[in-house]
Amino acid sequence: MPNTQEAAFQINNAEMPNTQQLEDFVTQVRRDIVRQVHKVNSGHPGGSLGCAEFITALYQDVMDYNSNFNMDGIGEDLFFLSNGHISPVFYSVLARSGFFPVEELNTFRLLNSRLQGHPTTHDGLQGVRTSSGSLGQGMSVAIGAALTKKMNNDSHLIFTLHGDGELQEGQNWEAIMYAAGNKVDNIISTVDLNGQQIDGATDEVLPMGNIKAKFEAFGWDVLEVKEGNNITKIIEGLKEAKSRTGKGKPVCILLHTIMGHGVDFMMHTHKWHGVAPNDEQLKDALAQNPATLGDY
Amino acid sequence: MKKYTNTGNKDTRSGFGDGLAELGRTNENVVALCADLTGSLKMDEFKANYPERFFQTGIAEANMIGIASGMTIGGKIPFTGTFANFSTGRVYDQIRQSVAYSEKNVKICASHAGLTLGEDGATHQILEDIGLMKMLPGMTVINTCDYNQTKAATIAIAEHVGPVYLRFGRPKVANFTTADQKFEIGKAVNLTEGKDVTIIATGHLVWEALIAAEQLEEKGISAEVINIHTIKPLDEAAILASVKKTGCVVTAEEHNFLGGLGESVARTLTLNHPTPQEFVATNDTFGESGTPEELMEKYGLNADAIVKASEKVIKRK
Repeated sequence: MPNTQEAAFQINNAEMPNTQQLEDFVTQVRRDIVRQVHKVNSGHPGGSLGCAEFITALYQDVMDYNSNFNMDGIGEDLFFLSNGHISPVFYSVLARSGFFPVEELNTFRLLNSRLQGHPTTHDGLQGVRTSSGSLGQGMSVAIGAALTKKMNNDSHLIFTLHGDGELQEGQNWEAIMYAAGNKVDNIISTVDLNGQQIDGATDEVLPMGNIKAKFEAFGWDVLEVKEGNNITKIIEGLKEAKSRTGKGKPVCILLHTIMGHGVDFMMHTHKWHGVAPNDEQLKDALAQNPATLGDY
Repeated sequence: MKKYTNTGNKDTRSGFGDGLAELGRTNENVVALCADLTGSLKMDEFKANYPERFFQTGIAEANMIGIASGMTIGGKIPFTGTFANFSTGRVYDQIRQSVAYSEKNVKICASHAGLTLGEDGATHQILEDIGLMKMLPGMTVINTCDYNQTKAATIAIAEHVGPVYLRFGRPKVANFTTADQKFEIGKAVNLTEGKDVTIIATGHLVWEALIAAEQLEEKGISAEVINIHTIKPLDEAAILASVKKTGCVVTAEEHNFLGGLGESVARTLTLNHPTPQEFVATNDTFGESGTPEELMEKYGLNADAIVKASEKVIKRK
């Protein structure tokens, strides 16, 4: 939850939202995702939909942050999105958590917009602390931020999100090795295990074996959230992960999600990784996710 | 012509190491990262005195650049140290996205640049790094000429907000600039006054340019030597003022002619004051094993080459 009253949108003001309110928030985020990509006929709805519950859980419940954005982020939890192509879900949650006007979602991927195809700090969009999109770089950046928090005696945490296909980039394993070897125990890195990437199933494109065993072999404390589209289970998992920080090991959450979750024809396939719905498909997707907080 | 004295050969990388150690004392936000080349980069003193601000990343340069980027969030000023090859070509996309495009205040400090790395050969002798770095929007690119200047530059870049590429080298070379110099990013240093030819040099070639100027003087040619330590942003005013006086220019650098200082100067001249120019640089080639002196001789990067280029360009006026 935001730790200031600056947020343009807040649920129950200072009180934690209940499960229904969180689910309503997620439903609205799904609408925002498909509307953003439909308008410009580009973007990545599949992974965005699959992570709608997770990003919502972070910003509406788990993280302690200041929605009056400051790049240095001292005294607050920070989030780094490494798989930047799921920008539609990131933008929607940021806007609806008070970082920038919700109406700005109308500018996604348009010329002169701050909402670039992949997130960037370049145009001063509040809530974004690193550019991402070229895959595999986010964990290193997050480790750097985590180390600075330690140097600053700042007890807040670093959260990250990575795609499972993204783990094919070697830099991740440099970072995974470094974090464990140097006891970076104020970081919680979540891997979106949806089993899909652009060219097909991850098991077909490049089988990655046992990801849990790999993280554990590198020295991480790993927990799994089997129902990665159930916001209650996600929050439980994130709280469990928080309880395991500060114990000498970085913490990994393996989040089992369904790509395209919440829009039936987009689910269980890689085909909607980077394809926008047409007018008819948009209508169908929106009918499955009735407006809860009001469209932008 | 003004004469310069070599106060004793010293390596530029030691200037970096000593400058970094001084920053450790004076700026608590300065942190240092190294990818398993602490001794080569002369970072030992910083590491010994400020262990809580020194980060050994192992042989993982991509991760090092990413960590450095993230460390800026919260106010640290990270200095990364490894060879120039591993500081640039190996991690180009990490610098591009996580540092330059993300506008992070990271100082990428690169030793063993160019042919003078010597016997290790072409795998380690990058001659493309100035080009790679100067093409990145927002990146400041500096190539220092001696120990004193490298130390001064190291200290100066901590005060500059924004990404910097600081390039220096391995061998002990003439130390001739003053120990108390104030290093101004983007400000050319006019070393000699002349009227027949302008010699614009960077890095190890600056001392060679001064030797060349003396040899030219003996031949009755008056050379104006400019030390361009900052390749980006380029001090165009200083270059144009000199070239308008001399009417021709030689650029000298330990780098490929493609993408280097010479091309930046050529662009400035083409846009403002078209002028005959000769390039002392490597000719689109890789290096090889050898001593630094042998390599600079074979690839035409020394005072003799600058003299020949000067005589040639004067004839083209």
